[in-house]
Amino acid sequence: MYKVEVELKNETGLHARPASVFVKEASGYSSEIFVIKDEKTYNGKSIMGILSMGAGKGDKIILQADGEDEKEAVEALKSLIENNFGE
Amino acid sequence: MKGIGASPGIAIGKVLIKKEPEIKIEKLAISDSGQEIQRLKEARETCKEQIKNLYDRTLKTMGKKEAQIFEAHGMILEDPEFFGQVEEKISNESFNAEYALKEVTDTFVELFKNMDNEYMRERAADIKDVTTRVTRILLGIESTDFSSLDEEIIIIAEDLTPSDTAQMDKEKVLGFITEIGGKTAHSAIMARTLEIPAVVGVEDITELANNGDYIVFDGDEGTVVLNPEDDVIEEYKNKQAEYIKLKNRLNELKGEKSITKDGVEVELVANIGTPRDVKGVIKNDGEGVGLYRTEFLYMDRDRLPTEEEQFEAYKKVAEKLKDKPIVIRTLDIGGDKELSYLDLPKEMNPFLGYRAIRLCLDRTDIFKTQLRALLRASAYGNIKIMFPMISSIEEVRQAKAVLEEIKEDLRKENIKFNEEIEVGIMVEIPAVAVMSDLFAKEVDFFSIGTNDLIQYTTAVDRGNRKISYLYNQFHPALLRLVKMVIDNGHKEGIWVGMCGEVAGDPKLIPILIGLGLDEFSMSPISILKSRWIIKNLSKKEMEEMAEKVINLPTAEDVEKFIDENIDIEI
Repeated sequence: MYKVEVELKNETGLHARPASVFVKEASGYSSEIFVIKDEKTYNGKSIMGILSMGAGKGDKIILQADGEDEKEAVEALKSLIENNFGE
Repeated sequence: MKGIGASPGIAIGKVLIKKEPEIKIEKLAISDSGQEIQRLKEARETCKEQIKNLYDRTLKTMGKKEAQIFEAHGMILEDPEFFGQVEEKISNESFNAEYALKEVTDTFVELFKNMDNEYMRERAADIKDVTTRVTRILLGIESTDFSSLDEEIIIIAEDLTPSDTAQMDKEKVLGFITEIGGKTAHSAIMARTLEIPAVVGVEDITELANNGDYIVFDGDEGTVVLNPEDDVIEEYKNKQAEYIKLKNRLNELKGEKSITKDGVEVELVANIGTPRDVKGVIKNDGEGVGLYRTEFLYMDRDRLPTEEEQFEAYKKVAEKLKDKPIVIRTLDIGGDKELSYLDLPKEMNPFLGYRAIRLCLDRTDIFKTQLRALLRASAYGNIKIMFPMISSIEEVRQAKAVLEEIKEDLRKENIKFNEEIEVGIMVEIPAVAVMSDLFAKEVDFFSIGTNDLIQYTTAVDRGNRKISYLYNQFHPALLRLVKMVIDNGHKEGIWVGMCGEVAGDPKLIPILIGLGLDEFSMSPISILKSRWIIKNLSKKEMEEMAEKVINLPTAEDVEKFIDENIDIEI
């Protein structure tokens, strides 16, 4: 298992377009991917899971992956968030 | 019968009724849950193909933006969380796939519907759309297919979904009529994009009409005649021929100047809301954009748009229109047009309240972001900036000071922008019209916003039906104010435009020509017709007409005078 904490700095947070960009990226890995916010765990490959989490600008979330490409997956998602989803 | 004309044109043809068989979902106990899950998987596969087809088709016929909705549908269909829960219900509770799907759908729809966010609420409708499709496949219910029709037909339905309109074969579908919906309903917008005549809001039409009936309708007036007599068919055939003739005649005006018989040239430009609307501007030969309402960039989302997002939108419009002028109005929000994420307090009198430039000068963070994006985009085309809801000279000076500040920042950062960018104001508050001689010294142009100017001048809330008879664009007071603004603008050597409904009103265009208006900004579809009117007018004659009109005592007199003295028929 591999995990890191990141802060959402883009304006929209994990809503709308960024949420689908995130899910698309996550779905490309074989590992199970979770996003943890306020001690609640959401499926990182589920658009509905991510949307119902309601994470906005300034929120801190934990990215966690379990599987063969866990490190790669978490790092890729982390850089996606740090680069503000290319906004 | 009468409905609301949603997309212009005349349609004459046979009826095809779209009736969805009612979906009844029974709760069954199943014995082999593995097989049931497999059945669900297969249905999802079939559904995936259908959605993929819809996506491709829409992308081809309508464009990327319209196709995006099916991309979102595809993602829901692939959602492991959502279908994981459905599968769990099948294996743990031995529910049949249809029932398990319904249970999980209801939970999610409820969750999204109750979110304090317009964007999320819309997602509830998407979830429902997708799961209904899967349920239909599971139950083996065929839905009406519009993509492979043998003969030309007119579709009649209670309502049409995006999937329905996306499938329509333009060659075979002559038009459609729905029971539900207004002019701005999704299906109405799609009909206009596809240029299929349509009428919406016709009560009980699916009950009254039968498959194979003959029907005629007028997508402009909204009139519908079911099983018409021969003479009515004849009448509609003539109307149709007239419509096509008119369309052709107007098309011939493309590329021509908007110039009066006696050689006075004016500018006919368009009102737009999003970069997408530029297509319509080009198609109708608009000479630029006289009002780009930037509010839409801020609406239907849950955060403020970033500088980059705005920059991209403005740049896109600028590049598409090359060197044509583009007047971009800064954020006009507040009061009646709310943004959930700004958390603006409810006001007793929103039209007179905290909105537009008042909000922007208070929340300079929002204002500065927009001005930066606008200035940066000005390096890519002929952009002009316009401030809305100005009521005092101080506001103009403050807004311009903020703009100067941003210009200075950009210079320091070595970012390109148009140093000579024109800055103007909306004239929509009587105080500004009355003092337009002094305002004209502060700005590069005026654009008269008639919708609000009428409302503020006559103290009539234009949304209030009880007093709507008092809201009248022929009110002599409005015309006098317009004259005052134009004369004062010209005295200071600045141009004067108009971007309210009145600018595209066939009856008032001659008067505005007479008063000396320089720029007319209207809905793109009115441009060619307005050009036709202008080309048949003499400025000199209209000056005399205008002089007479502004001295008439009532709005009724004004309209009557125009009807009797000016010929605008095409």
